[in-house]
Amino acid sequence: MMVERYVMSIDQGTTSTRCILFDHGGRLVSVTQREHKQHFPRPGWVEHDAMEIWRNLERIAPEALEHAGATPDQVAALGIANQRETSVLWDRHTGRPVGRAVVWQDTRTDSLVSELNARPDADMVRERCGLPIATYFSASRVRWLLDNTPGLRERAERGDVLFGTMESWLIWNLTGGPGGGLHITDVTNASRTLLMNLTTLAWDDDLLAFFGVPRAMLPEIRPSTETYARASRVLPGVRIAAALGDQQAALFGQTCFAPGEAKCTYGTGSFLLLNTGTEPVRSTHGLLTTVGYQIADEPAVYALEGSIAITGALVQWFRDGLGLIASAPEIETLARTVEDNGGCYIVPAFSGLFAPYWRSEARGIIVGLTSYITKGHLARAVLEATGWQTREVVDAMNADSGLALKALKVDGGMTADNLLMQFISDVLDVPVIRPMAAETVSLGAAYAAGLAVGYWADLEGLRRNWHRAAQWLPGMDPVRRDTEYDNWRRAVERTFDWIKPGGR
Amino acid sequence: MACVPGPVQSIERAAAILRLLARGSGRLGVSEIAASLGLARATAHGILRTLQGVGFVEQDEETGKYQLGAALLHLGTSYLDVNELRSRAINWADALAARSGEAVRIGTPLDGRVLVVHHVFRPDDTLQALEVGALLPAHATALGKVLLAFDAGAAAALQETGLEPFCRRTITQHRELGRALAEIREMGWASEVEEFTVGEAAVAAPIRGQGGLVVGAMGISGAIERLCDPRGRPKPTLVTYVRDAARAVSRDLGASRW
Ligand SMILES: Nc1ncnc2c1ncn2[C@@H]1O[C@H](COP(=O)(O)OP(=O)(O)OP(=O)(O)O)[C@@H](O)[C@H]1O
Ligand SMILES: [Mg+2]
Repeated sequence: MMVERYVMSIDQGTTSTRCILFDHGGRLVSVTQREHKQHFPRPGWVEHDAMEIWRNLERIAPEALEHAGATPDQVAALGIANQRETSVLWDRHTGRPVGRAVVWQDTRTDSLVSELNARPDADMVRERCGLPIATYFSASRVRWLLDNTPGLRERAERGDVLFGTMESWLIWNLTGGPGGGLHITDVTNASRTLLMNLTTLAWDDDLLAFFGVPRAMLPEIRPSTETYARASRVLPGVRIAAALGDQQAALFGQTCFAPGEAKCTYGTGSFLLLNTGTEPVRSTHGLLTTVGYQIADEPAVYALEGSIAITGALVQWFRDGLGLIASAPEIETLARTVEDNGGCYIVPAFSGLFAPYWRSEARGIIVGLTSYITKGHLARAVLEATGWQTREVVDAMNADSGLALKALKVDGGMTADNLLMQFISDVLDVPVIRPMAAETVSLGAAYAAGLAVGYWADLEGLRRNWHRAAQWLPGMDPVRRDTEYDNWRRAVERTFDWIKPGGR
Repeated sequence: MACVPGPVQSIERAAAILRLLARGSGRLGVSEIAASLGLARATAHGILRTLQGVGFVEQDEETGKYQLGAALLHLGTSYLDVNELRSRAINWADALAARSGEAVRIGTPLDGRVLVVHHVFRPDDTLQALEVGALLPAHATALGKVLLAFDAGAAAALQETGLEPFCRRTITQHRELGRALAEIREMGWASEVEEFTVGEAAVAAPIRGQGGLVVGAMGISGAIERLCDPRGRPKPTLVTYVRDAARAVSRDLGASRW
């Protein structure tokens, strides 16, 4: 018998899939990563090829083992974190996806969403599932696919076509696919569909009826940590022991286990999550109520979430769409060529605006352009957009909780950007702290899986692994902060009502 | 007598491809390039792929045609942006700090000194300040000595200046520094024991990019009692951690042999 030395995590993100092996100290041992293609077939549409993502996993998981000189029997457990809400439909018998996966940033359902919002029973939705009806979540997208693919609804009603977010798709494939694959999801992912009742943690018949989604196509809802099954493919014999939405995984990886603890993860978008304990808290300031995690059969822990759709994706657009930089980190180099934004602001409402506004019809703008503006100023404005959007969700969080945030724990790829981290600290006027694990999403998935199989004993032990890796302290003149914030808010207002109802 | 090898054919061919691309309108397909130089298509393709890998040529996504790469225009300036280096190294720097229990820093050369481009706190949650942006003397620090050891030009430039003493043990003689750098090249890592700050020691190793070019140095630093054995030599386990971490970053940057 080999000693089980590692826990493996898979982070199936919006831009790439990562596989990481962690040791008992929660330290990274090996990491492999592969990007997948972003398909933008029409303005506002964003799609992924689920098959490509599965093939990427087939490749990077064995590679991660190889880099560490490890074998599957040395892996105590596998934990999966995933981009949330992105919806895949596939044929149970062939394992082939039905079209491409529709990504969380996709806005094709905007008119459907306005229709649904106009229904007299629309208020019931938020009450039951904690979410506003928006293009962001899965249900309206599934409904759209069922409405727009001939014959699909019948196949779905017969259970021949399955729905899942990315963790469902990967677990189904890892456990045998068409040959007996397990069709499950976890509570955190299910809490993002608009279809799960937040209190019972089960699919809600009224919500299913409201969105017209047949129950037969839905996965079974399970806790976030539990040995679901052993993998039969790619990592034969390895226990699949945790699944969480990536943002919830980061909350777990930051060891925010107590009510009042919060983190913000900076990737494609950015997401501030606050642990609110075992009772769901309703927001009155544009935040979402969501499940944070559920450990085995313990009561679920809830969270308030401030979701920002576009942060790192704006940097990505600056690189790929405009070609002004060759790599994302060069945004910092370019931004440092100037002292300030020169009066320029970019509001990246590419997919409308998420928290705290929830305006699907808003679209992005650049304001304050004069002949003075150089690409350096634009680079500043790109980074500052992330800072101000954070400020808006923090303000909402403070208003909802009645407490003022004292420090912000951060993680994700953008935390490598010192100029940005300093700016966030400046505009929030609190210290910003990065823990010693930038890949907190992966760490959280690993923690959850390791906990499920007894590789780690308890939450307290995990907490002791948390250490501060870097800290930025606020240093902005308060008058300047206020003027800049005011300018930002005026810029945001100018994005509203861009898409006219019923047309584009 | 050692045999002096003749010119390397593939390098000659690569140079010809670059000249060809520099000459005309700029964009050529593989077949055009192969035909112009009398090469087999597969040969031309292999060379183009390699040149693309190092950024000397770029391929147009739509037409598949090749042109000179941006990297050629910036040959003199650093080819890896320091902010990108930090992004690419951040995971391994964290893991190194967690394993060693010490603060980690990454340095790149700047005007004869070391620019700290990344800093991870010592994982004991005590109050520490971020040192990113600080400049360190090259001859008196482990990071700096690594950078000097693997950059003959930088080492030569230092010959013109005096070596400022910071502590009793700072290397102040050029000959002594030369010997130390040779030893660092031999061992593949550098140490610093009370050469910059009394009571402090450090260990560093090179971060290499494609082809083995050293693009930075990564290391730990801290109290001499923790980093060194009673005889004042860096503890071998810590040296191994540092070298493994620097190698992992190098591998991610495309340095295949290290
Ligand atoms: N130094 C930097 N400065 C600013 N932005 C950066 C920097 N480095 C990376 N980014 C941005 O951060 C994002 C990558 O971060 P990360 O790897 O955490 O995201 P991700 O996990 O790929 O996101 P997702 O999970 O949504 O796929 C990219 O959008 C990139 O543009
Ligand atoms: Mg991610």
